[in-house]
Amino acid sequence: MSVTDWITQVLEVVVALAAAPALLGWLNQCRAWLQNRRAPSLWLPYRNLRKLFHKEAVIAENASPLFRIAPYVVFGSMVLAAGIIPSMGTRLPLVVSADAIALVGLFAAARVFMTLAAMDVGTAFGTLGARREMMVGFLAEPALLMVIFVASLISSSTALPVITEHLASGHLGLSPGLAFSAVAFVLVLLAENARIPVDNPATHLELTMIHEAMVLEYSARHLALMEWAAQLKLFNYVCIGFALFLPWGVATGHIGPVGLLVAIPALAVKLAAAGAGLALIETVSAKMRVMRIPEFLGTAFLFAVLGLLVHVLLGA
Amino acid sequence: MPVRRWWERGQRIPGASSARGVGVDAEQWPQVARDVAASGGVLLGLWVSREPGGDAAVYGAYLTDPGVLLAELALPAGGQPPHYRGLEDIFPAASRLQRAAFDLSGVRSSDPDRRPWLDHTDSYAFVRVDGEGVHEIAVGPVHAGTIEPGHFRFSVVGEKVLRLEEHLGYVHKGLEQRFSALPILQGHRLAARVSGDSAVAFSWAYCQALEGMSGCALPMRALWLRAVCLELERLANHLGDLGALGNDAGFAFGLAQFSRLKEDLLRAVSAAFGRRYLFDTVVPGGMAVDVSADAARALAAAVRAVCAETVELRTIYDEHEGVRDRFTGAGRLEPQLAARLGVIGLAGRASAQARDVRVDLPHPPYTELPVAKVVHQDGDVAARVAVRFEEAQESGRLLGRLLSGLPDGERAVTVDAPADGAFGVGLIEGWRGPVLVALQAGPQGSIRRCHPHDPSWQNWPALEYAILGNIVPDFPLINKSFNLSYSGVDL
Repeated sequence: MSVTDWITQVLEVVVALAAAPALLGWLNQCRAWLQNRRAPSLWLPYRNLRKLFHKEAVIAENASPLFRIAPYVVFGSMVLAAGIIPSMGTRLPLVVSADAIALVGLFAAARVFMTLAAMDVGTAFGTLGARREMMVGFLAEPALLMVIFVASLISSSTALPVITEHLASGHLGLSPGLAFSAVAFVLVLLAENARIPVDNPATHLELTMIHEAMVLEYSARHLALMEWAAQLKLFNYVCIGFALFLPWGVATGHIGPVGLLVAIPALAVKLAAAGAGLALIETVSAKMRVMRIPEFLGTAFLFAVLGLLVHVLLGA
Repeated sequence: MPVRRWWERGQRIPGASSARGVGVDAEQWPQVARDVAASGGVLLGLWVSREPGGDAAVYGAYLTDPGVLLAELALPAGGQPPHYRGLEDIFPAASRLQRAAFDLSGVRSSDPDRRPWLDHTDSYAFVRVDGEGVHEIAVGPVHAGTIEPGHFRFSVVGEKVLRLEEHLGYVHKGLEQRFSALPILQGHRLAARVSGDSAVAFSWAYCQALEGMSGCALPMRALWLRAVCLELERLANHLGDLGALGNDAGFAFGLAQFSRLKEDLLRAVSAAFGRRYLFDTVVPGGMAVDVSADAARALAAAVRAVCAETVELRTIYDEHEGVRDRFTGAGRLEPQLAARLGVIGLAGRASAQARDVRVDLPHPPYTELPVAKVVHQDGDVAARVAVRFEEAQESGRLLGRLLSGLPDGERAVTVDAPADGAFGVGLIEGWRGPVLVALQAGPQGSIRRCHPHDPSWQNWPALEYAILGNIVPDFPLINKSFNLSYSGVDL
């Protein structure tokens, strides 16, 4: 492990922390433009975080310590996840500690803490949101694992950087197996990040919320951490997508400053494209009824399995 | 006795185009209701008047084929506290009206449900649903969005709604007492504020009652301009609702587009009438503002443009798979149930209850201007959306005719305060449904009693049925598809 590897590692986490709010801001801008509205500032999520960090936290009287520590656990999990996803370089010192399956587990751990905290105070909405979140989670996780298995089979490894290196070194263009997986992955990404058509991040209707219902009781720094964690989660998912399906521009092997000079703009361009793409999906779809979410995620799982079958059958 | 007989016995009441009142005794009181129900009529309103001396009277207003039939049951002060037979078994919507009337007047009905409605002194005893896995979700009265306050208590299993109970009255502001403190020639301003989204309908209904009592003949121009205002109000509300319905289905594009159209319309209204929302345009004797020929042309052009875009947006709503999936079958109110509950207005027309005062009991200028009644059978959110789309188009067509053919003449004439004791009713089809105002004059141009009645009274209970068997997260959409007034029923 060289010094530049550590620099890359630190840089990846710092970039994730710094750019995650911007990704959301950009997505919201694109959504506004697509709806013929004047867009909010790109920096609005930052201002919002700053505002929340400066406020005094109000916590329900009957909240247990779990309610207080959950934001830190959730946020910490997302930061750690950002450390093991190769968004700019593949030689990451942290990677030896966790592969892609551990990454899915990390997301699951964050989810467990979040749902427990949502039920902690005992409001109807928190429990409602937690219940729905668990339904989304137990359907989305297998699909995500399937997607990762396809990539793992192709590159004979479950470590994300190895997968990325393998895919980046190969021919340009997706193999048929990966193409199916990519569709599955986008569906999982939408569901896991509380985007339309599964959840509506902009709604004020408590009864329809999933993610928002879980954080209703949070305020100030706790809410800021929860929101930042949600932004990081979106950033992480998008970067997993890049690592699996669009590995171009990621610096493979030991990189110097020059490698990073390519990797950072490449990431920015890909993030901008991904944000615009997600905004387009969200604009043209309506939110589906909660009872349709299993169908939606079942489709994701089906696509992932198809990807696996296509890969095995075609050997491609 | 068929309802005709009651009608023939009744005395004409000034104001609404066809209204008669009949005094009944305690035995005839439920008989009138039964006869009206048997003939397919509905309850329009029920209220109690109580004099300082203790004499009271309970009124039941019914919408029947020949017109508005008002039954009056006198309850003279005596040894016993005044009491009357409740009509909740004949017209379910009467229950809350009777409970509210008790809270306001202290006159009790025989309704077994004795929970206070407007009086929130004690905590409210919600009906509890027992069973394995049943739990309650309490929503409101404070909501996450800027909407009116109301409490909803859901009993659910998983996501499925077993029972919904509404608890309203959070914006009770003593409107009826306030009316009594106003000069009768000023009451239209308060009437416009009973439910702000129906300002024109309420102030017109008030003025209709007042002008009828005074025997004042309005210039045609004033009536045509009032109809312009009424249809503008309908169109603006329908546009707003259509956008909000799209948004509640997670289709923010719809909200953005309809908000823009509504804004275009409001600006055109502002250019023509000098105000975006049409408060205090309808005044006793006519209109507070006139519209120049140029302004009328510009307004007509704006309405045409808005309606043309609405047609395009309807295609998008109809063809969008996700939106259609959310709308179709959600919150279905079967026609039979709607008839039993006496649902009226827009929600009623979406469930095959083909009543529209503009068509059934036309008053000028609708006597010269036939309105196409929009009726759908399905009773779901999609049907209520379709009724809004089609009524918006119809309002656009009417506005075109009204604005191009405005008769010449005065915009207003002077009205004298009616004689002490005079009684009148006004009935106007607002965007939500028929708006009823019963007005009784007091001495020296004062108001003895004024009762404004919003159609939401009849339709709120229907929402409790429409949600049954649906899932919790569909409630906001279903609720919005009714879009009932809180202020209008909290009085």
